[in-house]
Amino acid sequence: MENEAGALSRVAGLFSARGYNIESLSVAPTEDLTLSRMTLVTVGSDEVVEQVTKQLNKLIEVVKIIDLSDGNHIERELMLVKVRAVDAEREEIKRLAEIFRGSIIDVTDKSYTIELTGTSEKLDAFLEAIESSAVLETVRTGASGIGRGEWILKV
Amino acid sequence: MSAELTGAEITIRCLQEEGVKCIFGYPGGAVLFIYDELFKQDKVRHILVRHEQAAIHAADGYARSSNKVGVALVTSGPGVTNAVTGIATAYMDSIPMVIISGQVPTNAIGLDAFQEVDTVGITRPCVKHNFLVKDITELAHTIKKAFYIASTGRPGPVLVDIPKDVSQQKTKFVYPDKVSMRSYNPVTKGHAKQIKKAVELILSAKRPVVYAGGGVILSDAAPQLTEMTQMLNFPCTNTLMGLGGYPATDKQSLGMLGMHGTYEANMAMQYCDVLIAVGARFDDRVIGNPKHFFNENRKIIHIDIDPSSISKRVRVDIPIVGDVLDVLKELIKLLKIEKDKPDHVALKEWWKQIDLWRERDCLKFDRKSKIIKPQMVIEKLFEITKGDAFITSDVGQHQMWAAQFYKFDKPRRWINSGGLGTMGFGMPAAMGVQLANPHGKVACVTGEASIQMCIQELSTCKQYNLPLKIINLNNRYMGMVRQWQEFFHGNRYAESYMNALPDFVKLAESYGHVGMKIEKPEDVGDALKESFKLKDQLVFMDFITDQSENVFPMVPGGKGLSEMILV
Repeated sequence: MENEAGALSRVAGLFSARGYNIESLSVAPTEDLTLSRMTLVTVGSDEVVEQVTKQLNKLIEVVKIIDLSDGNHIERELMLVKVRAVDAEREEIKRLAEIFRGSIIDVTDKSYTIELTGTSEKLDAFLEAIESSAVLETVRTGASGIGRGEWILKV
Repeated sequence: MSAELTGAEITIRCLQEEGVKCIFGYPGGAVLFIYDELFKQDKVRHILVRHEQAAIHAADGYARSSNKVGVALVTSGPGVTNAVTGIATAYMDSIPMVIISGQVPTNAIGLDAFQEVDTVGITRPCVKHNFLVKDITELAHTIKKAFYIASTGRPGPVLVDIPKDVSQQKTKFVYPDKVSMRSYNPVTKGHAKQIKKAVELILSAKRPVVYAGGGVILSDAAPQLTEMTQMLNFPCTNTLMGLGGYPATDKQSLGMLGMHGTYEANMAMQYCDVLIAVGARFDDRVIGNPKHFFNENRKIIHIDIDPSSISKRVRVDIPIVGDVLDVLKELIKLLKIEKDKPDHVALKEWWKQIDLWRERDCLKFDRKSKIIKPQMVIEKLFEITKGDAFITSDVGQHQMWAAQFYKFDKPRRWINSGGLGTMGFGMPAAMGVQLANPHGKVACVTGEASIQMCIQELSTCKQYNLPLKIINLNNRYMGMVRQWQEFFHGNRYAESYMNALPDFVKLAESYGHVGMKIEKPEDVGDALKESFKLKDQLVFMDFITDQSENVFPMVPGGKGLSEMILV
């Protein structure tokens, strides 16, 4: 969509006004600074998703919209998670982070902050693998998606 | 090198460039510079209303009756919030309109300044698009875009919010000839393959119905709709917004359909085998219960410029996205060269069935009543104006009676708030209609509840000598609310009685108009005739009507089309 003030609120407003759900939303300017790209995850029947798509297309600032789940696509989300890490936990959490291909980006004598990228399911799985009382804080970006192979969204 | 102009001058110059002859508005602090420029020129006429809601309704009536973009000018804060009802009304009915609003100076935005509201935020859900112009060099281009967006594709209101300091700053004025936007390219031509498929389906129909909505009016496609319907000998029903799209006095017209549609129209809708939906959107007042609708099998062709109107509430088989006018022209062309014709015998049977439904005489009412029946007033109005008046209405029972009993043969003659259902719409809209059609007969059919929602506009009518005929069907109730309470709330008339009504005759007179009170059925015709003889005066006719009259037929909310309550 056009990288203009208020464009995001039109999208968010449309979802709340029409009773659609936003599971996650991630947005930033693209290599063409006049454009922003937004990845929005929503859940609904085929009819609802069709309406969501049509309604979004009607927004004047939306340039192009594709449903990534129509084809093969890659989806990634970034999570930063701060976990308690004392005594024996330190080794265990480090190992767990390695298994999930995360990296520890900040360390204190009582905690680790881990950076983890993957599908939303993978991030969920990581959080499940850690004892819940050890999780001190999490922050997630929401999914960003892109088509596989030659499938390109370009204006 | 051309001289630099202020933002205020540019705003007015843009309106002139767009050929705007008449705007409706109300001044205030944030638009003072713009008003100053209005004052200095005479190309754009300004109509001063008494409340901003009326400015928008008047611009709306102007647009609906003329197919020009309606323009309104309001100040910041309360000017805008008062306008919101009008903007939402225009949005729901897809009316092309540009609203210019003043805003507090850019350096005061966000600081809770005097008369500040987040105009772009407040109006966002009820405009096609809106702009806040923070940079004077973008002003002319933005106004050009606003007119372009408002009048193309599915039309709608577009708001341009101009901070006071921007209206003061100067820049060179260049009005662009055209705009192109990569993110806005409305489709006009329908898909050729889809149109071909539609032709095949149309020719295979045994029990067809044409169901035509407001899109026919908006795209000026009434002649094409009529031509197609008549060359096929198909029955045609119009929605509330589509009245006048097909001549109502023609034998192929089934009248209006939906919640208060005719028996024959609703039955034909329910039992047809091929439905041709043209610029209509299957809303809840037409198809109250989509599931019940699909108890019968039929194939549906749906022509609409807005893809999101297609398969929103009702699944269709052949969608055609495009301008109704373009698509109908194309359809007619193909139908003319087609050798096959619709099944003559089946069609004859279908018409026989429809005639049986017609015999039910669903719009009958007591013509011998000693109390004035509201239906009779509308019938007389139709007779006396020979069906040639512009009729605006407010919202409620009187609106439905006007829609049922005034037979609209021409488009853009029936002006009402269909989507939002805004009480208070009728009189200000009629002002706009009269200004767009100075020689037209304009009547506002209203009720004693609705009219009081914008009654202050009697003053505007006086100032500009607008000779409206106000037809007040006065039953001392919010009639439609009372009807629902009678049917669905055990006759408990909670707060629907209109108490302490003014003497409308004196009220009209105090504004300098003519007032009449009509209490006997035999006086109705004479009063109407006399009112139209008073060519240069607004006449307020207060008809004291039957309090217990209900609108029939009625499809109760959520019920199927064939489940009508009949008189």
